[in-house]
Formats: sequence, C-alpha cells, structure tokens
Amino acid sequence: MSLIVKRITKITVSLIFLYGVYIVLHGHITPGGGFAGGVIIALSFIHLVLAFGKEAALKRLNETAVSAIESLGGLLFWGIALLGLLGGVFFLNILPKGRIFHLFSSGTIVLCNIAIFLKVGAGLFAIFIALAAMRMPAEKKEGKK
Amino acid sequence: MLPIFVIIPLGCAFLIPIASKWRKGSAQILANLAGGLLLLFSIKSIFWLKTGIKLYYLGGWKPPFGIAMALDGMTVLMLIVVNLIGCLALVYSIDYIKRYTSPALYYTLFSLLLAGLNGVVVSADLFNLFVFLEITSIASYALVAFGTEAEELEASFKYLVLGSVASILILLAIGMLLGSVSTLNMADISRSLAASSSSSKDIILYCTALFIMGFGLKTALVPFHAWLPDAHPAAPAPMSAMLSGVVIKTIGVYALCRVVFNILGFTQMISSIFIWLGIISMLVGVLLAIGQWDFKRLLAYHSISQIGYVIFGIGLGTPLGIMGGLFHLFNHSLFKSLLFLNAGSVEYSTGTRQLEKLGGLSKQMPVTSATSLIASLSIAGIPPFCGFWSKLVIIIAAFQANNIAGGVVCVLVGIITLASFLKIQKYVFIRKVEEAMAGVKEAPLYMLFSMAVLAVLCVAAGLLFLPFMDTIIKPASDALLEGLNYAGLILGT
Amino acid sequence: MSIYILCLILFAVGLYCLLVKRNLIKKIVGLGIMEYAVNLFFILLGYRHNGQAPILDKEQAIVNMVDPLPQALILTSIVIGLGVMALMVAITVRLYEKYRTFDIGEIRRLKG
Repeated sequence: MSLIVKRITKITVSLIFLYGVYIVLHGHITPGGGFAGGVIIALSFIHLVLAFGKEAALKRLNETAVSAIESLGGLLFWGIALLGLLGGVFFLNILPKGRIFHLFSSGTIVLCNIAIFLKVGAGLFAIFIALAAMRMPAEKKEGKK
Repeated sequence: MLPIFVIIPLGCAFLIPIASKWRKGSAQILANLAGGLLLLFSIKSIFWLKTGIKLYYLGGWKPPFGIAMALDGMTVLMLIVVNLIGCLALVYSIDYIKRYTSPALYYTLFSLLLAGLNGVVVSADLFNLFVFLEITSIASYALVAFGTEAEELEASFKYLVLGSVASILILLAIGMLLGSVSTLNMADISRSLAASSSSSKDIILYCTALFIMGFGLKTALVPFHAWLPDAHPAAPAPMSAMLSGVVIKTIGVYALCRVVFNILGFTQMISSIFIWLGIISMLVGVLLAIGQWDFKRLLAYHSISQIGYVIFGIGLGTPLGIMGGLFHLFNHSLFKSLLFLNAGSVEYSTGTRQLEKLGGLSKQMPVTSATSLIASLSIAGIPPFCGFWSKLVIIIAAFQANNIAGGVVCVLVGIITLASFLKIQKYVFIRKVEEAMAGVKEAPLYMLFSMAVLAVLCVAAGLLFLPFMDTIIKPASDALLEGLNYAGLILGT
Repeated sequence: MSIYILCLILFAVGLYCLLVKRNLIKKIVGLGIMEYAVNLFFILLGYRHNGQAPILDKEQAIVNMVDPLPQALILTSIVIGLGVMALMVAITVRLYEKYRTFDIGEIRRLKG
C-alpha cells in the first residue's frame, strides 16, 4: 500500500479502537452495544491488515491470543448467566440497577456487552485472518516467500 | 431446572478450545462428561413429568413478556432420543476421530450441536426455537464438511444452500405471525389466533404453507429431499448417525408437529397434506435406494422412506396413528444410528464403502456383523425386534382410518426395504471374497461398546414395547393431541 | 401494504439470482439478498404512524415510538446471517482449491 495510506492508518487505527470501546461501554444508554462495538474493534485490526499486511497485525495479537480471547468472551457470558442462578432464576439481573441514564446502571447488561464485544471482535478478526490465509493456488506459486 | 439442558453443552463448547491448548486429551473427557450428564438428566426428566407440566421463566420475566421453557410429554420423548444417541455417538468418536486431524474442533462443534438440539426441544417460545434451530444447522453444516475432501465440500455446499433457504422461509412465517398477533410465546400465539376474527384467519393458511415448506426441507420430505443423499454419506460416521437419527427428527418432525398441532390447529387439509407427503416419501425413498452401491448412500435413501412412515402416521391424526408415528420415530433413531455406526466401523477397518468391493466380513468382524444383522431385521420389520411393532401400529391405524391405499403402500415398502437390507447383508457380511479382505480386523473397543448398547436397546424396545409405549410414547401423543389446549396448560388458565 | 409487496419483490430477485446464475459467488450474493429482504420485512412490521426512534432520552419526552421488539429480533438474525455467510465463503474458497472452477455445472461428482 502507498505511503499516504500507511501514514493515515497509523493515526486512525487508535481512533477507531477508541470509538468502538465507547460504543460498547455506552450500550445501555445509546444505540449500539456488544455486537456493533465488537464489529468496529475488529475493523480496526482489519484496517491494519489491509494497510500493512497480515504479519503486522499478527505481531500485535497472535493467533493463540485471538482464540483465547474469543473463548474467554463466551465463558464470561455463560458465567454471567449462571450468576443469575444465585438470585434464583437463570439469567436474572442481580447487580444493583443504579439510576437511569448513568454509566453504572442497569445491572449485568454492561458486563454482558463487554463479554459479547470480546467474542465478536476476536471472532471476526479470526475469520478474516483465516480467509486471508487461503491463497488462490495460482498466487501460491509466485507469492512464495 | 430446565435450562440445565442448554447450560451443560454450551459451557462445554466454550471450555474446550482453552482446555485443549492447555492439556492434550482434555477435549474428549469434557465432551463425554457433558454427554453423560445430559443423558442422566434426560432420564430424570421422565420422573419430573409425573407431577405435571414443568415451566421455567428465563430471567424471572413472566410470559408473554419473557422467554419461557416448557417440559411436556413430547419434550421428554425428544430429550431421550437426542441425548441417548448424542452420548453414544460421543463414545464412538473417541476412537473414530483418530482418522482426522483436529479433535478439539470436532468436539467443540459437536457440543454446539447438542446445545442447539436440546434448546430446540425445550423452548416454548417461537423465536427462541428459531435461534436454536440456526445454531444446530450451522454446527451441522460445518461438521458435514469436516474432512475437507472434494466430495465432502460439495455435499456441504448443497446442504448449506438448501438449509439456508429453509431457515429464511421459517423466518418469513414467524414474521407474518408476529405481524398479526404481536407476540412470540407459543401459547399466547395460539390463544390470540383462536380468538381473532375469521377474516384474519387467512394468515394461518399462509403460515401453514411456509412452515410446511421450511420444516419439510429440514426433514427431507420428498419434494425437498435433494440434499440428504449427498450430505449424510459425506459426514464422519458418528455425525452421520446424529444427522440421520436425531437432527432431521428434532428440527424437522418435532418442530413441525409442535407448530402445526399446538399453535395453528390440526385441520383436515393439513392431515391430507401429511398423508400424501408421507406416502410419496416412502415410495420415492425406497425405490431410489434399490440402485445404490454405496453403503452409506443407500442408508441415507432409506432414511427418507422411514421418515415418510413417521409423517404418514402422524398425519393420520387418530391417537393410534400418532402413537405409531412417534414410536417409529424412536425406533428409527435407534436402528438407523446403529446402521450408520456399522458403516463407519466397516469403513474404518477396510477403507472402502462400495458394496462390490466388500465381502465376507462376518468372520473377521463378529460384533459389527451381529449388530448389523439386528439393525437390518429391525428396519425391515421382523418380529420381535422394535421396528415390527411400530410398523404394525401404523398399518393398523391406517386401516382403521379408512386409508386402505396408505396401508397397502406401507406393507409394500416394508417388503422392498427387507429386500434392500438382505442385499447389504449378503454383499458386506456373508459372501466370500478371498484376497481383498484378508487383513481386516475388528473395530476398536469404544466403537464396539456404542454399537452393542444400541443393539441391546433395539432388542429391549422390541420385547418390552408395551410398558415403553405407556410410559413414554403415550404422554407424547397426548401432548400433541391436546392441540389448542396447550395454551391453557402453559398459561395456567 | 405496498411496502411489503416491495420486500417480497426483493426476495424474488434474490431467489432468481440463486436459481439462475451458475457462478458460486453469485449464488452466495443471491442468498444474502434473500436474507436481507426477510430482515427488512420484519423491521417494517414494527412501524407505527408518526413514530420516532425507540430511544429514551434525558431531555426529550417521547410519546410515540415505533416497536422495538422486531429490531432486537433482527439483530440476532443479522448475526446468524453473518455466521452462515462466513461459513459459505470459506467452503467456496476450499471448493475452488479442489475443483479449480467456480462453475456449478462442473462441480458434480456426487450423482445418482
């Protein structure tokens, strides 16, 4: 990719990541939530892949780490649902609800959003890396490094 | 404690990727533990049912605002089918998966499949059923393509496209129902549909057509059967047993019956549609199976024909017919899974599935050939094995309901099935082929254990069929025959 | 009423593309169009006259909102569609490696 794209990418990647985190954390007040924020964060990593190549992104977050984060997100969501059992019913909202329109309100919804964002972000990045690793057979002969 | 059926396999599926990186063989142990626990809980659910229908409201929200889970007779029958075959297929996979390269991936996908199947069966909310149906479908598409050979990928692509079209049609039908009654709880929908004016009852016709198309594609009834003969042979053998023995029954027959009997109402038109689809499936399946020379492809065509029996029995609408159809559903899951596990064991030992190349395995693989003989006699309907009783009940119900043509077709298809399975027995086990099958040994221990347990259950279900029908099949058919009273039982008025 | 008919016309366009085109990638695009047509149908069910976006706000009191339940259901359905599409594309890439063509007429080893 050309020099302009690489310079702009260095600036915008962190901004995109910050925007994704904002959408996840405010999921119970404004539209968005876990899935939308996860997609945006995965897009920041894919932005790195498109500008600098697969190795640059994998140096920051290698494949075992991606798989571990994905499983961790799933386990966190499962654990939050099981915690509701402490209150008597599966999936009950047991943390204090707080006041409406504040950041620390509405119980377990914020934690669920974080768990979903981990799983969706890591999952989409893993799908992209897996598809980018499958080179067409014609390219394989000339692209061998 | 109804969510336990979804909690255990989902937790297992999320734990396996981490656990398998940490220690090598832990995926097998976790998955088999989950399978065993699920089987114990589903046998315990028979006793839960004795004190009435059990309900569970997720998150404490009462219906119609929240998602509900319900346990009635039909659910108990399907729970036993799903978890029994799932547990035995997991035990079989301990040895079979050595032919493939990534066991952790296989066990993750299998646990997701079990989670989806249990979720479909337990759910009492229509969109919740759709979400778990999609989880099951995606896991099964990935498992059919597991070996990544050329033919498996082609079969998986066909299955994927047709399965996605089916899911889209089901979603369209759910959307039409949502637009007309504004609720998604199954009991509430049936109550609102019954109470609405007669002009808005036209929506029931559209939704019936879309549901029969969508769920019929998942069940592989005859105009929609084109994916099954390619997908079932291509999957690894325990997955073929799950697909043919459990998946097409849960997301096909169970979901169709739940929607048609308990939500929309079972009318004369739906009854005749089921009877015709059943008769055509029986005939087409068994006639196309005559010319097959691949072991698993032949078994896949017979699956189409036996599901035709089940739909024909349920479509008759009389209590005896529904009991016969549901008993045949249970029996078919037993003997068809056993036949697919046998085919997998033959392929594991000899490396081929073509009937012309096999031969004379009855001396070298004694357990496999004995269990295969029991399963073949069951599917052909020879007393005292289980298949005979269920086919007899369906034929008697057909003659009682004045459907003479259907009864004659059942008998005819039974005879052709017997001929087809005698062909398998001759070509694979009995005839003598000297040099090609020389070094063939018996299959490893866990595979033999699964096949032996299924064969014992086939014989037991045949000998003890009367107490079995009273405790398990009769509550299931009562739950279906309740029809629109299901709403009253769930909502408590 | 005419909005729903337009949704079903979009569904028919996707179905035409799935049935008639011979290239595998075009079939995947057709399937995607069908899925999104059904999602659109669902969301349009929730529209109410003079309704506004169903978001509670500190300053403004909203009296007339569109129905938020179909929107939540469709979020789930879009995620499911994403999963199926990713699986389809991965299988198509592997099919190209084995068969060396995207044409559905050539990929016919399973017959009978």
